[in-house]
Amino acid sequence: MSNTTPLLDVTGLTKHFPVKGGFPIRRTIGAVQAVDGLDFQVSEGESLGLVGESGCGKSTTGRLITRLLEPTGGKISYRGQDITHAGRKDLVPIRSEIQMIFQDPYASLNPRQTVGKIISGPMEINGIQPSGGREKRVRELLEIVGLNPEHYNRFPHEFSGGQRQRIGVARALALEPKLIVADEPVSALDVSIQAQVVNLLQKVQKDLGIAFVFIAHDLAVVRHFSHRVAVMYLGKIVEVADRDDLYGNPRHPYTRALLSAVPEATAEEDAPARERIRLTGDVPSPLNPPSGCRFRTRCWKATEKCATEMPPLVQVEGNKPGHLTACHYPETQETVPAPRAAKDPEAAA
Amino acid sequence: MSTPFLSVRDLRVHFSTEDGVVKAVDGLSFDLEKGKTLGIVGESGSGKSVTNMAILGLHDRRNTALDGEILLDGKELITATERELEELRGNTMSMIFQDALASLSPYHTIGAQIGETYRKHTGASKKEARERAVEMLRRVGIPQPDIRVDDYPHQFSGGMRQRAMIAMALVCDPELLIADEPTTALDVTVQAQIMDLLKDLQQEFGTAIIFITHDLGVIADIADDVLVMYGGRCVERGTKKEVLRTPQHPYTLGLLSSMPSLDGPVDVPLSPIPGSPPSLLNPPSGCRFHPRCAFAEKVAGGLCSTERPTLEIVDGRGSACHLTPEQKREIFDGFTAARTH
Repeated sequence: MSNTTPLLDVTGLTKHFPVKGGFPIRRTIGAVQAVDGLDFQVSEGESLGLVGESGCGKSTTGRLITRLLEPTGGKISYRGQDITHAGRKDLVPIRSEIQMIFQDPYASLNPRQTVGKIISGPMEINGIQPSGGREKRVRELLEIVGLNPEHYNRFPHEFSGGQRQRIGVARALALEPKLIVADEPVSALDVSIQAQVVNLLQKVQKDLGIAFVFIAHDLAVVRHFSHRVAVMYLGKIVEVADRDDLYGNPRHPYTRALLSAVPEATAEEDAPARERIRLTGDVPSPLNPPSGCRFRTRCWKATEKCATEMPPLVQVEGNKPGHLTACHYPETQETVPAPRAAKDPEAAA
Repeated sequence: MSTPFLSVRDLRVHFSTEDGVVKAVDGLSFDLEKGKTLGIVGESGSGKSVTNMAILGLHDRRNTALDGEILLDGKELITATERELEELRGNTMSMIFQDALASLSPYHTIGAQIGETYRKHTGASKKEARERAVEMLRRVGIPQPDIRVDDYPHQFSGGMRQRAMIAMALVCDPELLIADEPTTALDVTVQAQIMDLLKDLQQEFGTAIIFITHDLGVIADIADDVLVMYGGRCVERGTKKEVLRTPQHPYTLGLLSSMPSLDGPVDVPLSPIPGSPPSLLNPPSGCRFHPRCAFAEKVAGGLCSTERPTLEIVDGRGSACHLTPEQKREIFDGFTAARTH
């Protein structure tokens, strides 16, 4: 995978939002360090999951990749082309290849446009005239996402939440993109509907070979959907690995704590007891993040070194290639609870 | 069984709207003992919140038709006057809401809001109420409670606000606590903290808790008994273990198998429930789940679409489904085997 140019290559990506204040002259008095030095790649046809708690910068990252936000620093390359500060005109061809699916299926569709108009919007903007006409293409798309093509002339309010999300997916597919950034695409949906949309996205991903950046806070959904997973905490990636490595052999204390906090729908009495790590306190403010390792204020292993030295995101000892962890004192396999470790016996060696 | 602490019998909550009557809750019965937690699971619009608003008497009587029986410690709540309910709310029974920021007043300090309930029900002085508020904040794990008591809600983080809400709900040591999706808006690590806190407080005070959620994982963590709601009715109930390990209703089965897990197989598609939840203005006839049910055609005579299945509860366990016991065994045993690996 690594010898060819990745589809998306992000290095040192940073976004600081200035905070203004003061009277009578308003000045910049600080910066919310929403995203601070991210490095990651997405290959063609690959899906990368981005997980983390609210405020960790995962949505900001999605908006930076799609260039809806202007990065403060770092570099974003799409197919080897630097698009970090590309202007509107330069972005036109790229925008049609990078599409987005939004969280809120109610707010992301114009209530005054018909479904046909919404889905053909991207084609109109880019002046694309598919063979057989736009309407035919829209009907095809509706079919792909599991809606009735007869719904072409309906309005969004006539659809349920899950159906609306399908419309959003159809719109994202309209230009045959290479990369889709999906920002919490299922979290606003009911449990029984979530699975429908996850399956649809997975089908689209496999059949059309589209690369995904899948942003979500639900670790189980991300595990189901992604080939690789990056865990974010306060604007930084703390761990990134192939799915099975990350869930089977989490090395960063935060990843482990996050995994152990997910309640699972098994009546636990006769299931093997899962080790629980309880984090105390809340995520610190990104306005003034802790020095050194940002997780240290909630970490049970933190020492003085953690306060002074920022741990680099590297392949720490015992990790498989491609499994990067940013921690001075990575977790070891022995302490990982039995049921999950058993799935990956090689990693113990 | 002696008289349970809370007993709901054939509860019906109907709202009249411009478009017709919305049957939000349509014949719901359950019991709850002190010191126990009942988890109510269901999707949006299944009637879980409406049920609990009815227990607290929070519905507008002008456009809500309440019917049935709600007995709290032997006292009938449906016919109770507003004044009687006021006496009970915050004192004997109280509620934690989902959105802590929207449920706290931005103009009053956290301490004043916690103290208000206490003063109303005990007639304590302002000073006593403040002391009580500090004590409550300490109990729910807010650091430096004597300083934070004078903070306003915006100065608290999401998890702390939820803790403050819990402090407010528990200030008069209520015997019944209704928690309506109290952790849905929180991150998983904070959610785990809040659930631990609720469990600790329950052990300490023996509170009966009704915990409403759509997350079966949360239910597995906190509930003793589980009630699954669909379209305003209870479709299945039993102990947590029974419902999660050996479900007896196709809807529960559907919910369980549509959820991705942290250690299940990953390369197979999820098995979602087709369709979407029913409109309660014009609910499906017969069993409300039948249009989405994979097994409806197995039932002879199309019974599912014509006749409402009865919910027979034996020893707290039961499901409302027309499938015969043999058919159920056939369908659900395979699932149980798969889940126990």
